[in-house]
Amino acid sequence: MMQAPADADLTRLIYQEARLIDQGRFDEWYALYAEDGLYWMPLAPGQHSGLDEPALMYEDKMLLRLRLDRMKDPRAHSLHPAVRCLHVLQAPEVTGRDAAAAHYTLSTPFIYVETQGDTQHILAATAEHELIGTPQGLRIKTKKVLLLNCDAALPAIQLLP
Amino acid sequence: MSQPMPMQPPDAGGESMAGLVQADRVHRDLYLSARVYELERERLWKRAWVFLGHDSLVPKTGDYYTAQIAGQSLAMLRQADGTLAVMFNRCAHKGSRLLHERQGNTGKFLRCPYHAWTYKLDGKLMSVPLKNDYEGTGMSASPSGQGLAAPGGVRNYKGFVFVRISGAGLDFDRYFGSTALATLDNMVARSPLGELEVVGAPLRNVIRCNWKMYLENINDTVHPISTHESAATAAAGIGKSLPEGDAGTSLAMEQLLPFGAGYSFYSDMGAKVLPNGHSVLGTKASIHSGYAPLPEYEAELAARYGADQARALLSFSPQNTVFYPSAAFKTSPSLVRVLRPLGPDRTLVEAWALAPKGAPQRLRQRVASYARLVFSPMSVVAHDDVHLFESQQIGLGSDGNEWVSLHRGHQAGEAQSPELALENGNNEIMMRNQYRGWLRLMDPA
Ligand code: FES
Ligand SMILES: [Fe+2]
Repeated sequence: MMQAPADADLTRLIYQEARLIDQGRFDEWYALYAEDGLYWMPLAPGQHSGLDEPALMYEDKMLLRLRLDRMKDPRAHSLHPAVRCLHVLQAPEVTGRDAAAAHYTLSTPFIYVETQGDTQHILAATAEHELIGTPQGLRIKTKKVLLLNCDAALPAIQLLP
Repeated sequence: MSQPMPMQPPDAGGESMAGLVQADRVHRDLYLSARVYELERERLWKRAWVFLGHDSLVPKTGDYYTAQIAGQSLAMLRQADGTLAVMFNRCAHKGSRLLHERQGNTGKFLRCPYHAWTYKLDGKLMSVPLKNDYEGTGMSASPSGQGLAAPGGVRNYKGFVFVRISGAGLDFDRYFGSTALATLDNMVARSPLGELEVVGAPLRNVIRCNWKMYLENINDTVHPISTHESAATAAAGIGKSLPEGDAGTSLAMEQLLPFGAGYSFYSDMGAKVLPNGHSVLGTKASIHSGYAPLPEYEAELAARYGADQARALLSFSPQNTVFYPSAAFKTSPSLVRVLRPLGPDRTLVEAWALAPKGAPQRLRQRVASYARLVFSPMSVVAHDDVHLFESQQIGLGSDGNEWVSLHRGHQAGEAQSPELALENGNNEIMMRNQYRGWLRLMDPA
């Protein structure tokens, strides 16, 4: 039986995830996700399913792999000139803890900035993470990104909020 | 008393646009010029039949849906008798918008937030505060006393609501013609109940390009192989290692893999150009033709229409049917893309998912998946399109060549046949045809 993680262990993973995206270390980022991991960006506040109705994004590991593989392709035209991003996180809050099931939830408000050439877009959002304990350590089971303006007409978002 | 300033009407001088469109190429000012955009708002967007929305957005009495169409604020409202009314979202008093949400319910009447004039759901003026002070004034006889103004034409075609702002112009059936409307007929016939409904919210994108670039691309069969190479290559790589039985993923692969199809696939799709700028791409086949069968749903349609007719119905899956200038429909997955120009170099594109009422969950998931994978601001497919439209918008500002080539497949005299079936889906005639429609709607007369 593994020891239950402290809050600091949980929040460390949230910071680490954001940093790996910002540094473009996407393969290491990908490895943080559980085998049945999911990245979901709802299209409407309170959206109940990303599968039965359109979402901004609803990707299992297979589709995330595809997304990362595309980004590595020199003919991913939209990534020229290079796109960079920055997450500015508010301190993550542990909102649920079920040590017996090794299941933890966190909520993290953040500002996301994406920049390309002379253009910069800023988004505000809250990330809701579901973390699970696995024999390999803590993994992300779900990341749900609740964009403040999820129902607005948006420009292309190229990396990962 | 001061006289009103003599104002030049925006369309003064009857400027002709004919110099900007030749048989096989168009001038860059079509995309760049603020003046051309101003005249488009004045002429084209008022004379055309423009898609407003699907009537399933407003199921109950008092439900409303609003849209901003090339500067015109419009609202459709469900009446107590079940019919729809469409009116300008502009108070008859001083012009405040009456409805401020994109969608909602207004109750039994409309009340302006500014000075509390109230209106019936059909737009008729109901009451004004300080009524006595209007006695002996000209208000009630003036347009302000007539309540909310309505566009010149409104047509609810099997749930698809279109408007024509201008009072004059082609009537709805002549404007679109039976070939274009057959796509809507097909979409509706795919519903065992004969009715469609919107699935979830629209995916909304704002793109820094002229609206016509986006619309041309809907008919562009030659770009996917180069534009979407990175997405198609990544999809093909994943496809090789696809495990069996993962429903969500295999649905996505079914939709993404065809983006890697070669030039010959598109040339074999077949197409049709129609009068007034409309067209059908993929009359024979499309990237949507290979979706897995849904046996129970198909049996339901076969019981309704007979096996042969049901098969014919389901096999018509064009890539896109363009309803010039505002919309492009797919029959399967059932989806409409709506264009709302915001300026010469800014366009709002909304993708609305539709499904037959009571559709099997799989059908709803299919359209939800396609909409998200291909039309989301987070889409791995659309990123490259959007990037290249925005790049084209900037690139056209360069001197050296003021013209955009639409020569591929051009034949002298082709414009003589208003409706033309094409063997080769790679022919740029679909774009040339859009500009013939454009010129007609931009006629200074
Ligand atoms: S502007 Fe609507 S009541 Fe005055
Ligand atoms: Fe494309």
